[in-house]
Amino acid sequence: MAKVFIYPATSLILSDMVARFGHTPLSSATAIRERIQTAGLESPPLQITPEEPKKGLKWAAVEVPAGVRGRMSLYGPMIEASEAAIIINDADMAFGCMGCARTNELIKFLLHQKEMPRLELNYPKNEEEGVKFVAAIKRFLTELGGAK
Amino acid sequence: MTAYTPTHVGSVTKYVVVESFEITPADLAARGYEISNGVMIKETCFGLVISGKAEEVELIVTELRKIDPDHIFVKDRGFPPGDSRRCRANLGGARPGYNGLEFEMTVIPYVSHGLEELNKKDATTIPPMENPLERPLLDIHKLKKMIDAQES
Repeated sequence: MAKVFIYPATSLILSDMVARFGHTPLSSATAIRERIQTAGLESPPLQITPEEPKKGLKWAAVEVPAGVRGRMSLYGPMIEASEAAIIINDADMAFGCMGCARTNELIKFLLHQKEMPRLELNYPKNEEEGVKFVAAIKRFLTELGGAK
Repeated sequence: MTAYTPTHVGSVTKYVVVESFEITPADLAARGYEISNGVMIKETCFGLVISGKAEEVELIVTELRKIDPDHIFVKDRGFPPGDSRRCRANLGGARPGYNGLEFEMTVIPYVSHGLEELNKKDATTIPPMENPLERPLLDIHKLKKMIDAQES
């Protein structure tokens, strides 16, 4: 069972596909859950404390805005733990409520830097593409091996 | 800053999203309640939110998936159901994160169709999708067609 980083990290479709085909999706929900279930200082809504941008320094330089570094403290450890990645490139919805566009660019950059199996896709726009989309994910995840 | 004491420590929360002509969230909720053993199940407009111990949640999700495997989708959630930091009952307006879900709900019918087709076909026989990182040059015939369309 491989740990597969999904981008967008909040994607329902990718999270479901990875779990459905027997692997572990690394999504932002698991990182957020870890924080909101850990005792510490009250810092609503996501329990991102002033410590997080300091941890984010591992992936982003000090002159990078704290918002990016804070978010990287969530995604950075997951990228390091990941053994494969599935990236959807035309995910415009990743900009906005999920977070900063610069963080998204940095996540994609780090995923491309890391030597691991990677699948690049776009969202399907019709039924024919839907079949190709699911088939591509299934092939990729089967080739990873060790499915549950 | 005040001290933060977390609630529901060790629990796992999952969304079960249903996109089907045959199953409604109410059907799923009824089946979920039948097999839930102290697990919190909340019915929503798009499906269910299930919260409890990891093994119990996993068991319910596996059972619910069997009802309509190609039209039921599951993902993790960080917050427990009704958490005041996320619940729209406290905040008003759409729940943060709903926009992403709403967008993907427009794509899910294509994915469901793909899953149905893959039950009949082998994935290796289906041609790959275009690589989005490759930006092919504009085909000369396509360009000519576009120019003709503009001129006519």
